[in-house]
Amino acid sequence: MAFKLNVNGHTSTVDAPADMPLLWALRDILDLRGTKYGCGIGQCGACTVHLGGQPVRACITTLAMVKDQPITTLEGLSPDGAHPVQLAWEEIDVAQCGYCQAGQIMSAAALLARNPRPTDKDIDTAMNGNLCRCGTYLRIRAAVHKAAELAHAGSPTHSAGSGAQRNQE
Amino acid sequence: MKRTDEKSVLERRSFLKISLLAGGGVMFGLTTEHKAMAQGRGTPGPAPDPHNYIKVAPDGTVTIMAKNPELGQGVKTMLPMLIAEELDADWKQCRIQQADFDDSKYSGQSAGGSTATPVNFTPMRQVGAAGRALFITAAARTWKVPESECTTSSGKVMHQGKSLSYGELTAKVAELPSPDLANLKLKDPSEYKIIGHSQTQIDLHEIVTGKPIFTIDIKLPGMLHAAFERCPVLGGRVVSANLEEVKKLPGVKQAFVVKGPDFTGMPVGYPDLVDGVAILAETWWHANQARKTLKVQWDEGAAASGSSTAFAQRAAEMSKQPPQRTLRADGDVDAAFKGAAKVVEAAYSYPFISHAPLEPQGATAHFHDGKMEIWTDSQQPGAGRRQVAQILGLDANDVVLHMTRGGGGFGRRLTNDYMIEAAAIAKQAGVPVKLLWSREDDMEHDYYRPGGFQYLKAGLDASGKIVAWQDHFISYGEGERFVAAGAIQAFEFPQRFVPNYAMHSSVQPLGLRTYALRAPTSNAIAFVIHSFIDELAEAAGKDTFQFRMDLLNQAPAVPDGASAPPGVNAERMKGVLQLVAEKSGWGKKTFPKGMAMGMGFHFSHQGYFAEVAEVTVMSASPNSHKVKVNKVWVAADVGSQIINPSAADNIVQGGVIDGMSELMNQKITIEKGRVQQTNYHQHGMMRLAQAPPEIEVHYLKTTYGPTGLGEPALPPILPAVANAIYNASGKRVRSLPFSDSGFSWA
Repeated sequence: MAFKLNVNGHTSTVDAPADMPLLWALRDILDLRGTKYGCGIGQCGACTVHLGGQPVRACITTLAMVKDQPITTLEGLSPDGAHPVQLAWEEIDVAQCGYCQAGQIMSAAALLARNPRPTDKDIDTAMNGNLCRCGTYLRIRAAVHKAAELAHAGSPTHSAGSGAQRNQE
Repeated sequence: MKRTDEKSVLERRSFLKISLLAGGGVMFGLTTEHKAMAQGRGTPGPAPDPHNYIKVAPDGTVTIMAKNPELGQGVKTMLPMLIAEELDADWKQCRIQQADFDDSKYSGQSAGGSTATPVNFTPMRQVGAAGRALFITAAARTWKVPESECTTSSGKVMHQGKSLSYGELTAKVAELPSPDLANLKLKDPSEYKIIGHSQTQIDLHEIVTGKPIFTIDIKLPGMLHAAFERCPVLGGRVVSANLEEVKKLPGVKQAFVVKGPDFTGMPVGYPDLVDGVAILAETWWHANQARKTLKVQWDEGAAASGSSTAFAQRAAEMSKQPPQRTLRADGDVDAAFKGAAKVVEAAYSYPFISHAPLEPQGATAHFHDGKMEIWTDSQQPGAGRRQVAQILGLDANDVVLHMTRGGGGFGRRLTNDYMIEAAAIAKQAGVPVKLLWSREDDMEHDYYRPGGFQYLKAGLDASGKIVAWQDHFISYGEGERFVAAGAIQAFEFPQRFVPNYAMHSSVQPLGLRTYALRAPTSNAIAFVIHSFIDELAEAAGKDTFQFRMDLLNQAPAVPDGASAPPGVNAERMKGVLQLVAEKSGWGKKTFPKGMAMGMGFHFSHQGYFAEVAEVTVMSASPNSHKVKVNKVWVAADVGSQIINPSAADNIVQGGVIDGMSELMNQKITIEKGRVQQTNYHQHGMMRLAQAPPEIEVHYLKTTYGPTGLGEPALPPILPAVANAIYNASGKRVRSLPFSDSGFSWA
């Protein structure tokens, strides 16, 4: 079946079964390998992308479920890594192995888009679906706060919105 | 890794070799007798040779090769920092490049045992210092001034207001003989500008922007994606499979049986390549989906009788029988028990657990021109290359290994089964193949941390001092062989601190592959020993901190003999114990009901760690308890120098969180030889909301050489939290995971 996918502002046609999870269409067909596979059952959050601005698990989101909603992956969050979440992740030196961080960053960006000044409790709730096997949680908490700060400082590149809109120009 | 070819012999001469590279840069190499290379394991490799590590381009860009596999432990940043420091390069201008596996150029290309720091601290600094000496020589000759009057800074040589960049000097450096490694003066730590200063991780920008840098991201032209179906019982052989039906499925390009080598006996020594069916497709999802249609008839073999329930029953029976072996006996425990004022006995146990790194196992392989080219993230690439060569009948030099970034290791990638599988599949397929394990493959076919049972007995004298200690350690194995990572050290703590000490062992057979998990053996033993020490402190009526200090003050209780063990340095251990007590305010706080602290310490992988946890336990019923870890304090003695403080803190905090996952939720069980857990929902790790808000890390700087952090930070957190839970709730849990006893994270 042919599906039209709007990913990071570009429209592509993907010929694949309707029950293929979005994750594999992104990775193996559209060559967007920033989104990671960790569990395949929505347990770890490594595959988090934005669908219509909302964070979803691409490993359990089938192509049939996407419909015409725009998709943003980590590659599309910003053109140059200057999204406040990305900047904060670098400044706080969050990662160890780094494998889960694509999903962590996408969950954090979605949180900040709807809640620009999250409390620790808000962060715990929003980020609890993203496992980090290396245990970088303390730095993730700190980096989400830092990202909120950077976004608040407010240059245009520091907009904390989902990257989808910006990249659709 | 025997090195007998001519090149390596030449390289061992003590002079610097310089060659111009095609790209216009200079690679320079210095050589030495490689005795300076205190190898952590295996035979010595080639000498540390800057020729293989440093490239300076005419524009001054310094490229430094990172020789070790990077799986999140930070070594790709840390080892080049050592080189750049002594080279006096500007760290911000350095480019770091991951080396391929190449035992003609590099030694110790492995990740395990927290060895990267102690093994490489001196040779990597020597590599940098030799480079710096060359640039000084080149500049001094240019200016016709004495070398001793020249200084360096940030990639420049300077003399009385004049300066030349390393880039400007590269051509001259090419003409120079090398300094002798032994004559190089390394910097005093007070001069460090890079070492000891936090540097963010080298690949961080690529990670946060989603660049394809992981093993799973490798892509070759014409590549197919592979899934591999293995027998649910270890060692099962393929009898038949409906390959023709599978080949007709959408997206599927090939399907075939892969045969593992013949083997006999169990449980020790299963080959790393097992029988299975490979399905190759245009996407991995197509390949993995086809497994739903695949039907394989297996000959399951002897391991199909394995049962966790039966293992536990058998261990309980064995505990009542005389032990099969006595690993160590100091003094006379039986007499000491008779004369003791109090005798305490307790049975502890811990389960098999899975490594479950977040990136599932995978490798890309391409057999072409008689060579097997592989991209993967092994922690022991040298062993993997040998195994691939042996199993596929190739010369090891015809196996080319590119070391990709791995999404976590934790010991899972010490075994090379997935590399060998990918190579075997690619050789048979005739096209480039990327093999990826599903999470279910990973959890059902791991080399598990072995479970174990420990029956402890200790005697206290009237003053509350431990006078006798006995451990009947029940593990898995055959005869005198333990399964991999299933042994115990005969001199395990508190050996040497107690006058009468006996370590006994018994084993039962196992049909499961096992291997090292982060802080192998220590990750379970620290829980057992320091939970029991708290039980003894209570029996002695003493504060658990003071009881531990008293115990450490008892060393050496046994005169050093011919078989004197390495064991624990009591002074270093007391140092971190006192530090953690001070930082946590041990014994100085009063807590409301349901809240308390607990402590533990452990020595492993050359590191001394003492940890305190403060917890709140909320009991909804006698069988349901929620635990919140409010804060953790860590005190560490890993020697004289923390190389990258940011990475060090991160790794220590991660080790603490990892240990808490093991304590609370992780357990692998088998029935009919089949692992029963399939994914993270059944083998939980701590989540963000459950993690303590604060993990304070303190380093006690000592004069000992720097050692690693990845492993020794983990073990003490298990007893620290277990003891805190007991102190808060009165519940002494002696069997992991705590979830089996009604506990969960708040």
